[in-house]
Amino acid sequence: MIKSAPGKITNMAVKHFFKKPATISYPKGEMHIAGNYRGKLTYDPTNCNGCGMCMRYCPSNAITVINEGTKEERKMKASLKIAQCIFCCQCVDSCPRKCLYYTQNIDLSSLNKDELVVQL
Amino acid sequence: MILGLLKIIVFPGFMFLTVYGLLFEYLDRKVHARLQNRIGPPWYQPLADFLKLIGKETIIPADANKTIFQILPVVSLAAVAAAFVYVPVFGKASIASFQGDLIVVLYFLSIPTMCLFLAGWYSRSVYSTLGSVRTLTQMFAYEVPLFMALLAPALIAKTWSVTGMTAFYAEHPLYILINIPAFIVALIAGQGKLERVPFDTPEAETEIVAGPLVEYSGRLLALFRIAVDCELVMVASLVSAIFLPFMTGHAILDFILYLVKTVAVLLFLALMRSVMARLRVEQMVHFCWKYLTPIAILQIIVNLLVRGGLGL
Amino acid sequence: MSEYNRVVIPIGPQHPSLKEPGCFTVTLDGEKIVDVVVGIGYNHRGLEKACESRNYIQIIYLLERICGICSHTHTTAFCQGVEELAGISIPRRAAYIRVIVAEIERLHSHLLWLGVAAHEIGFDTMFMYAWRDREAVLDILAAVGGNRVNYGINTIGGVRRDIDDSLRQDILKMTDALQEQVKYYQELALTETTLAARLAGIGKLSGEDALKYGAVGPVIRASGIDFDIRAVDPYAVYAEIPFKVITDTHADVFGRTVVRILELLESIEIIRFCIKNMPDGDIVTKAPRRIPAGEVISRTEAPRGEDIHYIRSNGTERPDRVRVRAPSEANWHAMRHMLLGQYLADAPITIAAIDPCFSCTDRAIVINSGRETELMDWPRLRQYSIDWYKKRGIDVASIKIPERRMYF
Repeated sequence: MIKSAPGKITNMAVKHFFKKPATISYPKGEMHIAGNYRGKLTYDPTNCNGCGMCMRYCPSNAITVINEGTKEERKMKASLKIAQCIFCCQCVDSCPRKCLYYTQNIDLSSLNKDELVVQL
Repeated sequence: MILGLLKIIVFPGFMFLTVYGLLFEYLDRKVHARLQNRIGPPWYQPLADFLKLIGKETIIPADANKTIFQILPVVSLAAVAAAFVYVPVFGKASIASFQGDLIVVLYFLSIPTMCLFLAGWYSRSVYSTLGSVRTLTQMFAYEVPLFMALLAPALIAKTWSVTGMTAFYAEHPLYILINIPAFIVALIAGQGKLERVPFDTPEAETEIVAGPLVEYSGRLLALFRIAVDCELVMVASLVSAIFLPFMTGHAILDFILYLVKTVAVLLFLALMRSVMARLRVEQMVHFCWKYLTPIAILQIIVNLLVRGGLGL
Repeated sequence: MSEYNRVVIPIGPQHPSLKEPGCFTVTLDGEKIVDVVVGIGYNHRGLEKACESRNYIQIIYLLERICGICSHTHTTAFCQGVEELAGISIPRRAAYIRVIVAEIERLHSHLLWLGVAAHEIGFDTMFMYAWRDREAVLDILAAVGGNRVNYGINTIGGVRRDIDDSLRQDILKMTDALQEQVKYYQELALTETTLAARLAGIGKLSGEDALKYGAVGPVIRASGIDFDIRAVDPYAVYAEIPFKVITDTHADVFGRTVVRILELLESIEIIRFCIKNMPDGDIVTKAPRRIPAGEVISRTEAPRGEDIHYIRSNGTERPDRVRVRAPSEANWHAMRHMLLGQYLADAPITIAAIDPCFSCTDRAIVINSGRETELMDWPRLRQYSIDWYKKRGIDVASIKIPERRMYF
């Protein structure tokens, strides 16, 4: 066993006492979110042909894309169950026409259960 | 009479002690956090914790002895408050003092530890039983060096009262230098008394949850926590009264000096708890008997020699 | 000491030292541990069965969530296995990115462990410092993968995201700052007396015992055996990377600490090498949707040790069987051996020293004892018990059930 005085970390601790703390006070402080952080999805229906690849590969069955119009005149609607979405964004990768995007919006909590299903 | 009662209850007695205790807890936590590069709690956090606990339901285990279970936190707080009466805070003299009150103070200071032991014992839970056994084991380790370190200065001062010792050392400040080893021993053993890292084995969170206080909740726990805070103030005041007796003679200046001294002691205790890992209970006993006690004994011998040599 | 002095203490499933569900029933003689029953299995989630009803892409995200810390290594093992079944080889750039992310993950896992271990022995300052440094690593992982924990980097046939030049610079900057800190921790761990007093000689596991109980990862390497899948069975591009397998001869918790800290430094070197030598090119090759029938075993070195995935495919979109042997599962067997004869105070740090991951571990194992079983419904079971007691002369109907005891 090593015999020496305990408290080797004292120097570092005292140094940190006079430094700015590394933590922030949560709701007030600034949060740092990386530019390509995966947050809530957005959907652009113009190119969508309703192939359903996003629904097929979604691990948690969170996304639903349906055609509310007719075959000739498409009217695509996408809805996302936020409580089920695991934000893997596989749907973004799987979409052959690039109709889905992710945003950096991660503050999605809500007190109302109904608000957890959103139209994209 | 009324003035005396006010002194005991309001200032510098019980009320001051609890408020200062909460402030001390805040300072301790804040300094601990800043040493760890964290922000730490806001100033009202200890009070908020206390009020929250007061509002919570108190659950008493079915197997526990109800009366003793409820009475222990009160006794513990009362003992600390009683001890505080004999420590000079405002001005030169304490609220009450007599020849030999140092022994009474040390005696009062042992009561919270005993209460903790009994609290754990009467909770009838494995964690708390183990915690109380550890409390008692640890007590036998730090009590001896702590007492000896606090009694050694009394030998030179030739008085057994805290007020008298403060007065003596205030007149002869150079004698403090002789007591420096005892000062260090008292600080380290005091950390053991307060059950803080590295000597927090009795309530080791990661081993036995919270030790003796496992079954406590609500108001009773709040009282215990206040008692622990007051004990912290008490130890800091006692140590600073005996080992740092710098006085100006002016009551308000002395009071400010008292605050500075106790906070300085607290800073040291907070630093100590930040920079070390928790010792095992047998390592703690080993350390106390192998290092602290011999130093304390040596201090007593030196002080006896000084007293004989100087013909005091 | 007699039997009367023994106390049985349950550590867990709810206990502040183990934030995960696992129950260690410890029998104490004073403060000494004389018997331990390791109880795991509180967190069985049926992941393997769930895999059978999902397609290969979906399974990646499911397996990523086996463990909150080594999420990348599980997907790497799975993707490797599926790629082998499908007979595709991934682009070299993708393999490099996989290695970089795996090593950054190792940094984050080992720093997390360092903090937890320090907390277990009451050294909260080091705990906070280690986790603060881990935060920089997590920020990099979020920038690389898009999430702090489940980076979602792997896909079958390569990786989903590229590491561009500015990101490379960020990673290098992070490793430079971290290296300094880790060197400080190394010095601290080797010289701080209170740390050494709490870590040295605790949780002894000799080399032979480690082999006998089948320990993996830093646990076996701390016992002096250089078993590392990255070197033994190189996957991705580990064969091209010069690195040394860290071992230590202490064979205790102290040794495991030293191994992990040195592995941090080694990982930093690997990351630097990969960033420097990363080739240009594609990051993904197209993988078929249906995987040809076959079976495969794929191994990776997770931060906690060897991670084994077994996959059997049947030519459809979905696998026939997926079996995961997570590293913690292998390390549990030596736990009782490590705990016996120690002080209770050392139990949490000994348990923490294998870096246990309970959700990694818990999988259902059915042991068929060969006895015939039958299903009974509730009234039949009740009748059966009444008859069983009647045969022994006890009339159950006459027994009064005591009132429920109130606790306050």
